[in-house]
Amino acid sequence: MNKVMSDKKVIALYITPALFLILALIYVPIVQTGYYGLMKWNGIGEMEFIGLKNYSQLINDPLFWKSALHSFLLALFSALSLIGYLFISIILAGKIKGADLLRKIYLIPMLLASVAIAQLWLKIYHPTNGIINSMLLAIGVDNTPAWLAEPNIALYAIIVPIIWQYAGFYILIYYAALKNIPESLIEAARIDGASPFQIALKIKLPLIMNVIKVTIVLAVVGSLKYFDLIYVMTGGGPNGASEVMASYMYQKAFKGFDFGYASAIGFFLLIICLIVTYLIRKLTETKNDIY
Amino acid sequence: MFKKAHTLLFVLILLLTAALAGCSGSNQVDGEGDSKKTIKFMHLWPAGSSKQQNLIVSDIIKQYEAEHKDVKIEVEVLENEQYKNKIKVLSSSNELPDVGFTWAAGYMTPFVKGKLFAELDDVLNDGLKDSFVSGTTEAYAFEGKTYGLPLELNIAPIYYNKEIFEKYNLEVPQTYSEFQNVVKTLASEGVAPIALGNKDRWTGSLWYMYLADRIGGAEVLNKAIDRTGSFEDPALVSAAEEIQNLVNENAFNKGFNGVSNDEGKSEFLNGKAAMYLMGTWELPNFTTNEDIPKEFRDNVGYFKFPTVDGGKGDIDSWVGGPGVGLFVAENSEVKAESKEFVKFFVEKWGEQSVEKAGVLPATKVDTEKVELPQLYIDVLNDLNNASNLTLFADVQMSASVAETHLNLIQSLYGNEVKPKDFAKQHEDALKAEEGN
Repeated sequence: MNKVMSDKKVIALYITPALFLILALIYVPIVQTGYYGLMKWNGIGEMEFIGLKNYSQLINDPLFWKSALHSFLLALFSALSLIGYLFISIILAGKIKGADLLRKIYLIPMLLASVAIAQLWLKIYHPTNGIINSMLLAIGVDNTPAWLAEPNIALYAIIVPIIWQYAGFYILIYYAALKNIPESLIEAARIDGASPFQIALKIKLPLIMNVIKVTIVLAVVGSLKYFDLIYVMTGGGPNGASEVMASYMYQKAFKGFDFGYASAIGFFLLIICLIVTYLIRKLTETKNDIY
Repeated sequence: MFKKAHTLLFVLILLLTAALAGCSGSNQVDGEGDSKKTIKFMHLWPAGSSKQQNLIVSDIIKQYEAEHKDVKIEVEVLENEQYKNKIKVLSSSNELPDVGFTWAAGYMTPFVKGKLFAELDDVLNDGLKDSFVSGTTEAYAFEGKTYGLPLELNIAPIYYNKEIFEKYNLEVPQTYSEFQNVVKTLASEGVAPIALGNKDRWTGSLWYMYLADRIGGAEVLNKAIDRTGSFEDPALVSAAEEIQNLVNENAFNKGFNGVSNDEGKSEFLNGKAAMYLMGTWELPNFTTNEDIPKEFRDNVGYFKFPTVDGGKGDIDSWVGGPGVGLFVAENSEVKAESKEFVKFFVEKWGEQSVEKAGVLPATKVDTEKVELPQLYIDVLNDLNNASNLTLFADVQMSASVAETHLNLIQSLYGNEVKPKDFAKQHEDALKAEEGN
């Protein structure tokens, strides 16, 4: 077996199919996007080469920066929400009653399709007969907000379901990592007289640090390219109040018929994601990184 | 031994790869081995949301296939927004269906310029021309040639709930000041005067267009868009002011900017809102659609958008125009067959859309032939007496200006932009477009 696996030719042979797929489905489109970004093109008919004009337009486009700000806000809140998930996971992984049931409950949003979640929350937020406003009315609040129609609330109203949507995913990852910590370590600490709080902070956290780093990257990059719930719930409205980078790109391509500009936005988004990933890795670097 | 397993594994991997890669490839399997020609047809009336239209389309296709044994029609159905997106994607790779749907004017222009749509003048001159209502095919013309055959003709009246009007002793308003009184009365009674789902944005645009028409006359908006006039015309600014007055009087249902058209409509259908301004494609819901309680359907009347005192507008001027139309793809391999199918479709649609769906076709309707609901006949008569039809603003404009317009409409309703700036930003967008 070893003889076969150390043969360079064989390795190449086995890598080829996957490599081909990745090239064809990921890298070629990236190059294409970069190419379209240099064009003035409405998606139909002739392209016209305009160099970096799309990018200079992008840098001076207040609407793009507004949507970029929204994306970063979403990323910030997603990253902050990880603290809460970590806390919940530590409690769940400690032996409490009903942990199994709770874990399943947290996982439910993960099993729903994004569009179903969007519909669910649309009903919750409905200005007249939504659950939230009905409750507020019942306790005597007269001036209930129309959650998705108020420019200064809409974005935050959407961030809530997004965070809720991913709760199960991150809790599952943390839970699995915590369960992997050898019981003997915890026992030893306990015998030495460490409090549960100290055990969590000094032993459990450092041991799953690598996993935490991965989740931070996942949460931040995932937020930067987030699209689906926003598209269904508000379409980026009212007037761009909940627009994020990906939905702005979509709007430019499919509603504004400006494929060249949208490709430039896409390429820019890719670069931003790469930079942010690099920064997060730099900031959380330790000696024994696994990636 | 081991070598064998190894080779086998490799072959498996290759097969799997091929299968995966094949997913995106075309699989033109000629199952029956016959020489049928296939026409690919995409339309936007799913059975769920446009039941009647969907039935008619299926019926027409059945008839056509029965009469033309050598043709097979392959249908794909998508809902409105998805349809628009898919057409966009297909057109960028030049793989449009042989026959599909398009909208008129500004929407159609890039497709025509990109040489994706075939000219249909030969089909028109083949005896179809006289059956269309005048002005409908013109909206699908570009530089003197026709690229689409309209199926629908719509106008947008204000539907109202008779029961609610009676309950509060309200008369159908003839003038805008009477209309304002209706709004004030209803708002003070805690009833939403007007149902509006402005998440979709073009819905709010309808109200703006009517106010512009009634204040400044039928041409003022058109001129601003075709650049023979300006968007900073005082009439267009005061129409914007009027929208904000309505908003501040609580004329629209709560949270309208975050509510889709369907949700807005359901406020009206549930009797929670008294009025609803929408195109006549909604007629079936107020006449023949069995899914809506008969008591409600009998309760719906409509009125023309009232005239504004001192305004230049005429009460018989409507917002509306041709809706969707059929195109034939320029690079279709079955162009002749497709054109024939389109012709057949338009003729059959003209008969059946009236009888079965209760929508207005773009072809002339013979009211003598069929039993029609009174509401439908009234609308038809008003349409025949229309002094002017103004095509929906976002369809008139090019895609990027339309996007600006729609976003500004949302801001205007949300009191985020001053009427003067609203006009100015339109003007800037239109000017920038001119420079291109």
